[in-house]
Amino acid sequence: MSRLVIGPFNRVEGDLEVTLEAADGRVASAQVTAPLFRGFEQILIGRAPLDALVIAPRICGICSISQSVAAARALGQALGVTPPPNGALVADLLLAVENAADHLTHFALFFMPDFARSDYAGRPWHAEAARRFAATAGQSAREAMAARARLLHVVGLLAGKWPHSLTLQPGGVAKSVDLGERVRLGQIVADFRRYLERNLFGGSLESLTALDSFVALEQWGERHGDSDLALFLRLSRDLSLDSQGRGVGRFLSYGGITGRAGLWCDGRVAPLDLAGLREDVSHGWMQGGALHPAQGQTRPDADKPMAYSWSKAPRLDGLSCEVGALARQAVSGHPLIADVLACGGWQGSVHDRVVARLLELAQLVIAMEGMIAALSGEGAYCREHGVPGRAEGAGLTEAARGALGHWLRIEDGVIAGYQIVAPTTWNFSPRDADGNPGPLEQALEGTLLEPGASPPLMVQHIVRSFDPCMSCTVH
Amino acid sequence: MDSTPPITLLWLQAASCGGCTMSALGAEPAPLVEALAQAGIRLLWHPSFSEESGEQARDILEQCRSGALTLDLLCVEGAVLRGPSGSGRFQILSGTGRPMAWWVSELAARAGHVVAVGSCAAFGAMPSANPLTEAVGLQYGGDELGGLLGESWEGRGGVPVVNVAGCAPHPGWLLETLLALAQGVLRPTDLDSLGRPRFWANHLAHHGCARNEYYEFKASAARPSHLGCLMENLGCKATQAPGDCNMRVWNGSSGACTNAGFTCIGCTMPGFEEPGAAYLETPKLAGIPVGLPVDMPKAWFVALSALSKSATPDRVRRNSREDRVVVAPRRRQP
Repeated sequence: MSRLVIGPFNRVEGDLEVTLEAADGRVASAQVTAPLFRGFEQILIGRAPLDALVIAPRICGICSISQSVAAARALGQALGVTPPPNGALVADLLLAVENAADHLTHFALFFMPDFARSDYAGRPWHAEAARRFAATAGQSAREAMAARARLLHVVGLLAGKWPHSLTLQPGGVAKSVDLGERVRLGQIVADFRRYLERNLFGGSLESLTALDSFVALEQWGERHGDSDLALFLRLSRDLSLDSQGRGVGRFLSYGGITGRAGLWCDGRVAPLDLAGLREDVSHGWMQGGALHPAQGQTRPDADKPMAYSWSKAPRLDGLSCEVGALARQAVSGHPLIADVLACGGWQGSVHDRVVARLLELAQLVIAMEGMIAALSGEGAYCREHGVPGRAEGAGLTEAARGALGHWLRIEDGVIAGYQIVAPTTWNFSPRDADGNPGPLEQALEGTLLEPGASPPLMVQHIVRSFDPCMSCTVH
Repeated sequence: MDSTPPITLLWLQAASCGGCTMSALGAEPAPLVEALAQAGIRLLWHPSFSEESGEQARDILEQCRSGALTLDLLCVEGAVLRGPSGSGRFQILSGTGRPMAWWVSELAARAGHVVAVGSCAAFGAMPSANPLTEAVGLQYGGDELGGLLGESWEGRGGVPVVNVAGCAPHPGWLLETLLALAQGVLRPTDLDSLGRPRFWANHLAHHGCARNEYYEFKASAARPSHLGCLMENLGCKATQAPGDCNMRVWNGSSGACTNAGFTCIGCTMPGFEEPGAAYLETPKLAGIPVGLPVDMPKAWFVALSALSKSATPDRVRRNSREDRVVVAPRRRQP
């Protein structure tokens, strides 16, 4: 048995340390550590309820709009107000843009540069991977960052800036959109569509979203061989990424822009019931027991024995769940993802997570176009509301990385309780009281540790395939 | 042949949300990494986009610490956590067993210049609203000199910590600061009394606000989405907050907080995390806002407000309480 501590684990959002116990050249067990504690949930206590709109998005600079959406929804439920149709459309559009930008950032900046490493020199695809995705030098990565910056003009126009906006309110959005702005939004998204179709996919968004099987995707890659996606499919096949990083096989989604809410297991979708949600703190540096977030507490304890992370461990009916684009696609039953999952024994893999994200990127752009067309010059963008002295609310949404929930309690006119369960809190949770590992910890078990590169390359691919956001995890 | 060695840059993320990096990645027209390269800045390591991970990354940090690698520019994003109880254990730099506070101190001692990227690194900001974290900025704790590195700290170049404040700062504020440092043209006198580059901190967020006509006539918004001035009722601090926010746009051609319908929360100022009142309401005393424009005598403000309110055109008054223009400007018939 040998021990390997990997850190700083970069090209993930935020701070991450992974500790591996190895035996017979494979990962025997893994521990995932979130090594940063900031205590946002404590900061929110005692503040004016609407202060959550300022404070909550600042948990995370890459999921800022998602945090705003969850906070506005939790407040909206507590205050008894919902956005009018225009306001809901703008909020969805902002969320779609952030999720699309994040998916692209993950692919071009975080995930693909590992295949440009010199360790892979000699592989038939390596020269192309290096030309396109070498860290800080790749041509495709540069084009992706330029396209991402241009797409974020949608956020500049509607939300002032990115990250950290205040336009998302419980009653809608703080800015109405005029005719010229609607036309500009259309131009920005059309430009992004052109980038995706020319560079990333090499084909139309509609032809990608119409794929219905693993084989059809492979054939699509061969037909569009000059695209970034085709390069990924080639190297994925060569490295068998479809058999790496197998997950827990339980996928949870709160239902986002591209799909519905539910819990997916063994190819079947069950309705989502969050009554059995608990945040276990047995292996986190936290005091207290496993509580539902509506009653949850955050009391750090840096000296707690057996603990190894600042992250709590969310469990639904005692079980860990994987969240993210793959979970959304699984729950929504997209035929391509259903087939891909079936081919891999219903568990998901490095390949599946990346494919689900790229498929969703195409879907999001099509959805954005529909939202812009539906925006109207008539009707309100924001509704009026009061703030009660005592109320409760929950705000659920889907960030790029998966299910995000805020649970809020107002007493005596101020925030008395605020708990956040973020996507990577699910995926990168530590063990629970029963000793069951979190989804990443489980996905790493059994991974072959090839001699040579350190940290081991396949471990890096598996970790990054989840697109972790540790900033959200350790709010 | 140009034999000038490149200027080296190392970036650390202390207790941050990563948003300063995300904002910087929105730099235009040249993407961030390209803009740095064009300016002769060599990126030694950045947590979000460098290839090196784990022991390869630790090796780079160690070489900077030992002096084997010359460290010209050290960018730190995020507050420095000294808690719990002075131990710094709320943020261990993963893989090293050492608190981030230790790494920042060690590396700053080797750096030509240190840049605090964002208000957290500058002043402590949001993490410092939780007293458990004992969060501070690099050279300030709130508006008090000191912070992690101490009030007399300066880099090899004789410049104190440069505070590119903001939550998140404009990518231009950061890039122009880094390029000025790389070119050796940023002097201590180019910083304001809180270490912020004066090229952007000499302005107020109010300058260039598109709601200026509503401000002039004190025609105020009553709730989010109204077009009127946000200062009287909705907590806007743009007349107090340093920043050329409304003079250079954000993310495209029209981005600015006030353009998107919401109030300036003064995110470039120390203490913005705990304003002492709700963010989205203007605290008032006898009906007069407590936070007046930064250098305006109260009596004058009251007098001018009363005068301008009595002179407010009907168009401005009516539009200020709507979410779109309902009365268009029209030349008065002679």
